[in-house]
Amino acid sequence: MIEVTHINKTFGKLHVLRDVSFRSDGGTCLALIGPNGCGKTTLIKSILGMVLPDSGTIAVNNEPVANGWAYRSQIGYMPQIGRYPENMTIGQVMEMISDIRQTDQKTDEDIINAFSLRQLYNKRMGTLSGGTMQKVSAAIAFLFNPGIMILDEPTAGLDPVASEILKEKILHEKAKGKLIMITSHILSELDDLISHVMYMQDGNLVFNKDIETLRSETGEDKLSKAIAHFMKKTDR
Amino acid sequence: MKKIIKYILLDIVRNKIVIAYTGILLAISFTVFGLEDNTQKGLLTLLNLVLFIVPLVCVIFSTIYIYNSSEFVELLLSQPIKRKSIWLSLYTGLAGALSLSFLAGVGIPLLIYDRSATGITLLVMGMLLSIIFVSIAMLASVGTRDKARGIGLSIMLWLYFALVFDGIVLFLLFQFADYPIEKAMVGVSALNPVDLARIMVLLKMDVSALMGYTGAIFKDFFGTQKGIVISMVVMAIWTAAPLLLSLRKFNRKDL
Repeated sequence: MIEVTHINKTFGKLHVLRDVSFRSDGGTCLALIGPNGCGKTTLIKSILGMVLPDSGTIAVNNEPVANGWAYRSQIGYMPQIGRYPENMTIGQVMEMISDIRQTDQKTDEDIINAFSLRQLYNKRMGTLSGGTMQKVSAAIAFLFNPGIMILDEPTAGLDPVASEILKEKILHEKAKGKLIMITSHILSELDDLISHVMYMQDGNLVFNKDIETLRSETGEDKLSKAIAHFMKKTDR
Repeated sequence: MKKIIKYILLDIVRNKIVIAYTGILLAISFTVFGLEDNTQKGLLTLLNLVLFIVPLVCVIFSTIYIYNSSEFVELLLSQPIKRKSIWLSLYTGLAGALSLSFLAGVGIPLLIYDRSATGITLLVMGMLLSIIFVSIAMLASVGTRDKARGIGLSIMLWLYFALVFDGIVLFLLFQFADYPIEKAMVGVSALNPVDLARIMVLLKMDVSALMGYTGAIFKDFFGTQKGIVISMVVMAIWTAAPLLLSLRKFNRKDL
């Protein structure tokens, strides 16, 4: 579903992505892990076409991302920090996006209902708390039933109940055979979600393994310990 | 694209600044025509005000609006929408709102007091200046993420077109007063849309005799059908060039 081949990106002198290549198919839940500033968000934004890589190609569902736009109808994106027009209400934003997309498909309103967002529909985006903003982002990401979900720190800022709801929803979507890509720093909450792990450091893709291989290689059961094991090994 | 334009227009109207701008233009126009018995004199006063205010308001408001809609642009970018449609919708919304408010603000008083060809020329030139300066604002704001720098650049550009350019022209005129540069001055005027607009309206007013020999040359050139067509083409280039350049930059921008 997503195929990234040899992409490089520099911001001025900073080399953010160094020759990153990977391929992922439906039915996997991929965790993108790495220290702050290792290029996770840049990689995600490259897939979405918001950041244009200096070299290399990206294809989503065999459609090249460069100069393409239609492929984005297949991606649900939940940004790390959602930025929305401040003087619009939640309801207006949701309505506007549905209006612009105008798909005949039935929309998936599970998240809207689960977070009871409708009660907040007349609140202005500028007045929302970080957590509520995340809920709106999640609702928009899942709304059009996309085949690929890209979630950048989905549970950051959410209360425990909300993040549990979101995890349930992610598991539910994964079971439908969708490709889900998550970045997070809270490794413990990824344990029961993911099937593959991608570890990045300084713009390099260090490894991309399925979780079973990782567990047997490191001899650790918990993801956090397995990653810690690996980080120690690279330190040496 | 129509839908995006609709949302941008709605947002601009809700912003109320454009409505205030229309109100100010209405107030100025009615005052000017109310003060002068002779509508020609009124038009001349109005011309000078329009050439000053319209570019200023258009370039500053558009620049700030573009920066403030960065969230909106980011939101749309994660949706299946072409970058080109987002940028052009932003332009169409701004240019449409600002030129319509000019049409209402100056057009209504003109319709009441003066329905001459000069008035219509002033109206057309004002609308062209509106869309040209929105286009210049698009170019000024696409280059940098820093809002203060972008707005600063816009103000500089406005200063250049409204004041500095005339200074340079005057300097050249005095320096080369001994040479026959009248014909070259026609070409130089194409470098500034504000000057071009001023010349087009002044020539319609029959005050070009006051401008001496240069005025005669201008009349000779801009008074003809060919001259009008050429100046319209130049105005079109002033609209399209900054817009297309900014679109090119926007297409390659990391967001």
